[in-house]
Amino acid sequence: METSELIEKFIVIVVLFTVSLGVAAYATYFERKVAAWFQDRIGPDRAGPFGILQPLADGGKLFFKEDFIPEKAEKWLFILGPGIAMFVALMTGCVIPWSTAMEFGQSVVELQVADVNIGILFIMGFLSIGVYGIMIGGWASNNKFALFGAIRASSQMISYELAMGICVITIVMMTGSLSLKDIVVHQHGFWADGYFTWNVFKQPLAFLVFFVCALAETNRAPFDLPECESELIGGYHTEYGSMKMGFYLFAEYTSMFISSAVIAVLFFGGFNFPGMDNFEGNTLALLGVGAMFAKTFFFIFVFMWIRWTIPRFRFDQLMHLGWKKLIPISLINMLVTGLVIAYLEGWFN
Amino acid sequence: MNLETIAIILGGLTIGSALMVIISKHPVRSVLYLVLTFFMISANYILMNAQFIAIVNIIVYAGAIMVLFLFVLMLLNLSRENEPKSSIMVKLGAVIAGGTLFTVFIAALKDGVAVAATTATDADSIGLVENLGHLLFTKYVLPFEVSSVLFIAAMVGAVLLAKREKQIIE
Repeated sequence: METSELIEKFIVIVVLFTVSLGVAAYATYFERKVAAWFQDRIGPDRAGPFGILQPLADGGKLFFKEDFIPEKAEKWLFILGPGIAMFVALMTGCVIPWSTAMEFGQSVVELQVADVNIGILFIMGFLSIGVYGIMIGGWASNNKFALFGAIRASSQMISYELAMGICVITIVMMTGSLSLKDIVVHQHGFWADGYFTWNVFKQPLAFLVFFVCALAETNRAPFDLPECESELIGGYHTEYGSMKMGFYLFAEYTSMFISSAVIAVLFFGGFNFPGMDNFEGNTLALLGVGAMFAKTFFFIFVFMWIRWTIPRFRFDQLMHLGWKKLIPISLINMLVTGLVIAYLEGWFN
Repeated sequence: MNLETIAIILGGLTIGSALMVIISKHPVRSVLYLVLTFFMISANYILMNAQFIAIVNIIVYAGAIMVLFLFVLMLLNLSRENEPKSSIMVKLGAVIAGGTLFTVFIAALKDGVAVAATTATDADSIGLVENLGHLLFTKYVLPFEVSSVLFIAAMVGAVLLAKREKQIIE
């Protein structure tokens, strides 16, 4: 790898890192604004015009609070927990293709940190690691409510990962590749051969199941049982304060951003948009970034919309939905997809 | 830094974290070191250009099986005070058994040729998903299908055990 390529990748990584953190910070602001809108309130409006400096004020508050570690806690694991949660949330962004390549004179810059040929599995792998952040934090706190929260989180994440994986398999079957770039390129444009090209129109059921699982994986309402305040005080981060607590909250919003991006990539054509063949070069790349972010922000909004509309599930309902509804639905969907693909390939002739 | 240096450093880290699994006093820490060891093994796979095997190793072992281990250990909440004390005879027996296994491994591997880390550009590598899938569904299709029957049997067994317990409660 040459030096120029290293610098190029470094810049892409830094930009992605900054954007992820920025989006996560402002997602907290928009969450409160959206909640206020749904409840007919005004929401935060004191810090700066329309309250847009609110995330900075919150961040500053968290940084300057006393960094407290309970006496009976496992010290190093207590510190490690939020670190893992944040690391995992930020790592998944690096295989997502944000747009087509941009050209600067001689060099071509791919707007994707790494196009690994196992892209979607990489994301599934890091999702499955994400549970350690919560489990370690919850256990190391040495608090029974934190432990309950951690146990709920891990059982919930393991259960919903299965249905999510099966939905991903149907998309992989249709594309014939695990690379996220290939999956996006496969959905080129909007309309081709008399039908929509985006996967959501071909796999509506898989999209629905995937979306429900994404809500559960990010511990968002109606699946926010791990931090259910009416039963568990604060769940796995009961004992946390200061920026360690901030890391857990930040990780939740970052993973919300990343899972919205993954939904956009897998089902809504990623950076593709109608009429994209009329553009080329850097204009296409910039419009692609715009399309990708528009879709991502829309899904972030839907996440918030659901949170402030639907009440929380009970734990047995959650398990029932995961194991007895979503998994059979996605299995049948996978089977039907396989049969249709076999038919279109001419296996039955 | 060439590949051989990376391989040596990675090997050292792998063995180090594996040793920490048995040295650690607390069972939860042991499990966490075991998770770290799985990550190191995956890194070794990536060095051999076996990306698919590397990520599946993480998803299955670190992401699913170890979470269940951790789950059980956290619920049991073992600590140094209530850990069952094992007698000196048991410890002696464990040392002899472990030592014998170690000798067997050394004997088996001493004539083995050290496989140099393949370069990351090797497209024929068996660990890439295309090549692995092709081999599994052509050359090794019978063992592959037979092992899937084994998994189904295990799953049915697990469901059956869970069901029976529920009936007893009722």
